[in-house]
Amino acid sequence: MSTDLGMPLGRGLEGVPTTTEAQTRKEFSSDQEVRWCPGCGDYAVLAAVQGFMPELGLRRENIVFISGIGCAARFPYYLDTYGLHSIHGRAPAIATGLATTRPDLSVWVVTGDGDALSIGANHLIHALRRNVNMTILLFNNRIYGLTKGQYSPTSEPGKITKSTPFGSIDAPLNPLSLALGAEATFVARTIDSDRKHLTAVLSAAARHRGTSLVEIYQNCPIFNDGAFDAVKDPETRDDAIIPLEHGQPIRFGLEGHLGVIRAAGGGVEVAEINESNADDVLVHDAYAPDATMAFALSRITDSGVIRRAPIGIFRQVERPTYDDLSREQTALAGDTPTLQDLLDGPDAWTVS
Amino acid sequence: MTTEAKPVEERTRVVIRFAGDSGDGMQLTGDRFTQETADFGNDLSTLPNFPAEIRAPAGTLPGVSSFQIHFADYDILTPGDRPDVLVAMNPAALKANIADLQPGGIAIVDAHEFTDRNLKRVGYAANPLEDGSLNDYQLHAIDLTGLTIGAVEEFGLSRKDASRAKNMFALGLVSWMFGRPIDGSIAYLGKKFASAPDIRDANVAALRAGRNFGETTESFAVSYVVKPAVIPAGRYRNISGNTALSYGIVAAGQLSGLPVFLGAYPITPASDILHELSKHKAFGVTTFQAEDEIAGVGAALGASYGGALGVTTTSGPGLALKGETIGLAVMLEVPLLVIDVQRGGPSTGLPTKTEQSDLLQAMNGRNGEAPVPVVAPQSPADCFDAALEAARIAITYRTPVILLSDGYLANGSEPWTLPDVAALPRIEPAFATADPDAVFLPYSRDPETLARPWAPPGVAGLEHRIGGLEKADQTGDISYDPANHDLMVRTRQAKIDGIAAAIPEVTVDDPDGHAKVLVIGWGSTYGPIGAGCRRARLAGHRIAQAHLRHLNPFPANLGEVLAAYERVIVPEMNLGQLRSLLRSKYLVDAEGYNAVRGMPFGAAELGAHFIEICTKTDSDWRQE
Repeated sequence: MSTDLGMPLGRGLEGVPTTTEAQTRKEFSSDQEVRWCPGCGDYAVLAAVQGFMPELGLRRENIVFISGIGCAARFPYYLDTYGLHSIHGRAPAIATGLATTRPDLSVWVVTGDGDALSIGANHLIHALRRNVNMTILLFNNRIYGLTKGQYSPTSEPGKITKSTPFGSIDAPLNPLSLALGAEATFVARTIDSDRKHLTAVLSAAARHRGTSLVEIYQNCPIFNDGAFDAVKDPETRDDAIIPLEHGQPIRFGLEGHLGVIRAAGGGVEVAEINESNADDVLVHDAYAPDATMAFALSRITDSGVIRRAPIGIFRQVERPTYDDLSREQTALAGDTPTLQDLLDGPDAWTVS
Repeated sequence: MTTEAKPVEERTRVVIRFAGDSGDGMQLTGDRFTQETADFGNDLSTLPNFPAEIRAPAGTLPGVSSFQIHFADYDILTPGDRPDVLVAMNPAALKANIADLQPGGIAIVDAHEFTDRNLKRVGYAANPLEDGSLNDYQLHAIDLTGLTIGAVEEFGLSRKDASRAKNMFALGLVSWMFGRPIDGSIAYLGKKFASAPDIRDANVAALRAGRNFGETTESFAVSYVVKPAVIPAGRYRNISGNTALSYGIVAAGQLSGLPVFLGAYPITPASDILHELSKHKAFGVTTFQAEDEIAGVGAALGASYGGALGVTTTSGPGLALKGETIGLAVMLEVPLLVIDVQRGGPSTGLPTKTEQSDLLQAMNGRNGEAPVPVVAPQSPADCFDAALEAARIAITYRTPVILLSDGYLANGSEPWTLPDVAALPRIEPAFATADPDAVFLPYSRDPETLARPWAPPGVAGLEHRIGGLEKADQTGDISYDPANHDLMVRTRQAKIDGIAAAIPEVTVDDPDGHAKVLVIGWGSTYGPIGAGCRRARLAGHRIAQAHLRHLNPFPANLGEVLAAYERVIVPEMNLGQLRSLLRSKYLVDAEGYNAVRGMPFGAAELGAHFIEICTKTDSDWRQE
């Protein structure tokens, strides 16, 4: 069972053939040996995806996972669906061509913080603004793993890595703020180790028609161990996770003593909640047509070491998708003229 | 007073160049004259030449745009070296083009524009219409602007709008000079300006006024006739290279039954293919204007992976950006059509000028051993056949194919013998099918072509994973095994090399079989090389010509052909890229003739070079 986030079912899988036969997790596991490092967060995500796929009830042959380069990019090899392990950063572009020509496929992109936000950031932005029907799983471990430990575009300032022995001087970017600025229609964050929440978010993302971006906090035990401890450790997580549930006041903390209220500067902030300000606690509206509040919520994520972060679906709105519109134009183009008429054109002449 | 019919002189061929400011409509004027000439029945060849700036400052040399047409009563091969007639709409156009005009040629000039200010702007110290510097030419200094404004007075346009029809006045005048019918242009203007009747009527009036001006004014004593060419029976239309290429792609989709997906980023001079294909959704053609060159080819590859014919178009630096994705397509072994309309390089280079300098990049511009078939069209109309051939190879062999067009082919035009669609050979995608009794092996191979199965998603039982990591033979699993890598590298190479068995042998035009000099080329130099060979033959020399459609692999008999001649000459608009390939593969002492000027070779230039080579070869032979 997965957490019920109270979200309506979207049309994201419309056009993808379903099966009435019961599917099992095992059927979605390929025969390839999984080769991530012991303790890698990717295992948990893989297990969650393999376990959750049968819930969608789709025909296995109509599911495609496309990845770029990086540790997470090995993901497609381990699922017994169609899979394409492509080149660094370009998976959203490749998925765009596939999704536009094949409405009968459920298209998934697996990417990481280096793949999606550094070398491939341009493609990510444009996939989001076009709203091509695909689900993007962004494994954010805030480090380059496959190249053995350089800082990434989400690493905290000052981070000591192999390429920054004196500390990183790069300003990190916030993947969700970026996505919201790029006009994304579905933006969510979840955590590798919280299987129930992960599954619920993926389920909603898959069913969303358009580009869904799911940031997954994923631990790299080798090069960035503990990066997300605050939100994962049972001791601290109640005060660290700001849960976003549509229609619910954004309150958290062991005794619910914390909440999100409007800040003086126009954004939002976390505050101790008591009787005097209990009415000021914001009620989360994931369907708000305006993305301002979702953006404000994305900003209360720590850009340095993560001590606190909103988790859940920030934004989920309907907007026509690029691929649907493209196919609609084709459908409206009318009957196929003859190729001979096209070639002849209006000005042909005959020499006898 | 009745006007007596003026004398008519016969010519076998004429070259006309229309030149003016970028905003003067010279390309349109040239296109219309071309269509009139096609309607009349001459053979023809055209060469537009325009600046990279969309509207460079009016009246300046960088803003000059021109259109050249060569037409004749016989089959011609090039747009002509030097014009017989130059139409110059302002001092800049005159200055930029007068040196090319044949001595004794006709210069028709809009005298209205020759004001002190305009003359000064382009550095004329004195008015060339008055200082005698044009005495070697037949100069017609006419107030084209003033006459046009007068002719369209009744339509109540502003002076500026009225003067814009002057290109049609010029078209009417030149049409009269060469006896071209103008009905087609009148119909065209009716359609183009259907929503603006006063503009339409003004343009038609200017066109007619220009023709009548030629007929009645005393300054034009004669007109000329170039009889229709004797052309093989058939149906024809005039077509530019980019349009022919677009139609070839549409046809490839129809003949293979595959939807076509074009992923492209706008770039000169390839963008017109994107524009053209975006009109043809009814043929199952989807176009995607990507965020960059990499996304363009990436989306095309994604579409190919899904079972469509993925196509990407580019030019110049765009090909460099696509290199990594083309390498992935080599590894994935899926069809992909990469169209490179070559332009002057390196870097941004000369965006609107032609060059052949991407051959070695097409051959080798990827990391690792990544062989890719390369084909090239030889004339504007030939772009149709070349696109079909490239698609056929891509689909049959599951491989990216690079088609090398160029700026001259893209924008140049010529009459095209229309193919009978029913007679065009089908292209068989032969998708993989599931066999319930066997494990699917995505990297098994067809014994003849070495092609692997094309298994797009959606078929139960064929689920598989592929990617850019080295594959194990047969299974396609990731493999780091040294022997397997060696096998796969050799297999991918053997697959591409094996295409040679299925392409036509190169044919040699060697009229009596006794030539000692072979000229071999590729791409758009076909016309100028052919014209140069004609000149050498007219001068009494024996010379053979061969032209390559396939640059990778080469035709199977190429080595034998090269070995049969004493001298092998390779004219190229680069510094010797095909020559170096021929030398390294066949150990032949091929000699280059190279120019990188952004313009096609002239027939006279090549003819003179060939004559020199033939003369030397003949005398060497006699001395021996």
